[in-house]
Amino acid sequence: MKILVAYKRVIDYNVRVQVKPDGSGVMTEGVKLSANPFDDIALEEALRLREKGIASEVIVVTIAPADAQAHLRNGLAMGANRAIHVVSEQAVAPLTAARVLLKLIETEQPGLVLLGKQAIDDDASQTGPMLAALWDRPQATFASKVEVSASSARVTREIDAGLEILEVDLPAVVTVDLRLNEPRFIKLPDIMKAKSKPMQTIAIDTLAIDASNHHTTTRFAPPAQRQKGVLVKDVPELVAALKARGLL
Amino acid sequence: MSKILIIAEHRSGKLNSSTAKCVTAARAMQAQAIDIAVFSSDPAAVAAQAAKLDGVSRVLSLDHPANDPALAATLAPQVVALAAGYTHVLAPSTTFGKDLLPRVAALLGESMASDLMKVIDAYTFERPIYAGNAITTVQAAADRKLIASVRLASFAATGEQSGSAPIEAVKLDVPLPTHTRFIELQAGAQDRPDLQSAARVVSGGRALGSAEAFSIIYALADKLGAAVGASRAAVDAGYVASDLQVGQTGKIIAPGLYIAIGISGAIQHLTGIKDAGTIVAINKDGEAPIFEVADIGLVGDLFKLVPELTAALD
Ligand SMILES: Cc1cc2nc3c(=O)[nH]c(=O)nc-3n(C[C@H](O)[C@H](O)[C@H](O)COP(=O)(O)OP(=O)(O)OC[C@H]3O[C@@H](n4cnc5c(N)ncnc54)[C@H](O)[C@@H]3O)c2cc1C
Ligand SMILES: Nc1ncnc2c1ncn2[C@@H]1O[C@H](COP(=O)(O)O)[C@@H](O)[C@H]1O
Repeated sequence: MKILVAYKRVIDYNVRVQVKPDGSGVMTEGVKLSANPFDDIALEEALRLREKGIASEVIVVTIAPADAQAHLRNGLAMGANRAIHVVSEQAVAPLTAARVLLKLIETEQPGLVLLGKQAIDDDASQTGPMLAALWDRPQATFASKVEVSASSARVTREIDAGLEILEVDLPAVVTVDLRLNEPRFIKLPDIMKAKSKPMQTIAIDTLAIDASNHHTTTRFAPPAQRQKGVLVKDVPELVAALKARGLL
Repeated sequence: MSKILIIAEHRSGKLNSSTAKCVTAARAMQAQAIDIAVFSSDPAAVAAQAAKLDGVSRVLSLDHPANDPALAATLAPQVVALAAGYTHVLAPSTTFGKDLLPRVAALLGESMASDLMKVIDAYTFERPIYAGNAITTVQAAADRKLIASVRLASFAATGEQSGSAPIEAVKLDVPLPTHTRFIELQAGAQDRPDLQSAARVVSGGRALGSAEAFSIIYALADKLGAAVGASRAAVDAGYVASDLQVGQTGKIIAPGLYIAIGISGAIQHLTGIKDAGTIVAINKDGEAPIFEVADIGLVGDLFKLVPELTAALD
């Protein structure tokens, strides 16, 4: 079974993202970019399934500008067999990303597609379910445990009410949550090996998909700041402060 | 004028308060009609609760054995069939809505807006990106259906009306998939106030050090009638269940009082509490980032201070 992993490049989660003074976007000059943390977890899960003999091949896919090759090389160094780079100079919205992934699925015929539960840039949490809908296949979102057998997968999902277990027929789309696994570190020899792994480049226009977005972002603004509060010196003062605010 | 369809969230015969928050968002959208759809194998009780919500025009009751428990793959084609007569489809930005709505949007061929936090008009709104570090204003095309999830921390629940909106049973003739099967729900503890709707929340972090030590958090929460929350580090370490995680990737909450104990205040955690009324922090490190946002801070050892606070509330 092939596993396709959607592997997005985003501003590193340690960067404190700032809005440009003119409100036209966020600062990206010189900012560190990394794999979306959830996508590293998705890739790790795919690699483990290959190590268990369940998957035969792991393919990482990104839809990103031409300079994202190093990002895909990281995915290859982590252990993916090959990479597909769909080149788009513009950022793509989730519906477009899902349409692109569907095109690749039609050629690759994977048994499982793993995505992050959300990308930490747009925080949309849409691409996985959208892909599953377009593909007319099952989805299991927010996975914290994935058990794959020949024709189905049993997935534990972290939902608001607790842990939900679903069984889905394969092929299926699974979006992963933080507690699914802990991604491995890349070792130096793996970086060397990754250089010779196959990377396919596809211009997004050649896929003939509808890339329209019905939503336009007209302004970016910094969030309202909370006022810095007061420090109290002990518990009686804390209780008094809470009482003064009518909270006790 | 907008005709808005809201997908009700419910469990065990109880309407989730998230639905009443969606109604508030809908009312800000120049709504001509606000209908609530209740998908269930036994919708009567939930439909009656939905019909009481102020501002609701009609409740559509969709009685089908396959509608319990709610699976996105089963509900989505039904929502698509219902959506024909509406300009907007809304659901709460909970794990329920986040699972369902993108599936609906894709079937309709529409873009989707996640976590709507402020309605400017029927097709203009604000939503957060980058863990709330930037707030975007988004203009949706007015000739398309707007599919949006509603950020719960940003809207108050609509009240109850004196009367009751009409409830109409709707039968849909759409094929439902069989490729997805519910096995079980391991529900979190239900004997405590619900984290997402509680007026007070007490959260513990990595500093607690063990599941046993978390008992001091529970004791304080009990005194306050508060729900219990946790940082990701505390959940990852297994001190509490995952449904207690507060933050960017956990629950986004807006209680009147939030008490963060032994939590450093990472940006991903702060995203989840930005809309809290009063934030109290107890941390032994006076430089911890949590103090940047705390309204009231107390520097010291939680193992001494928390029992002392609990005792002081007698
Ligand atoms: C993609 C992504 C998503 C994330 N999503 C979330 C999320 O949704 N929610 C979330 O919470 N985190 C999230 N995180 C993790 C986040 O970055 C932090 O790692 C996490 O919040 C830290 O938890 P903590 O504050 O409990 O632990 P720490 O950062 O280790 O802080 C412990 C604090 O306890 C204090 N302390 C220690 N001992 C005592 C004592 N005896 N008395 C008093 N104080 C004491 C310390 O001074 C310290 O400030 C996410 C991270 C990533 C990468
Ligand atoms: N441009 C992209 N390239 C690769 N994967 C993507 C892209 N956009 C979204 N994804 C995948 O979809 C997931 C959810 O993204 P989102 O719906 O934007 O929150 C991500 O974690 C990725 O796995």
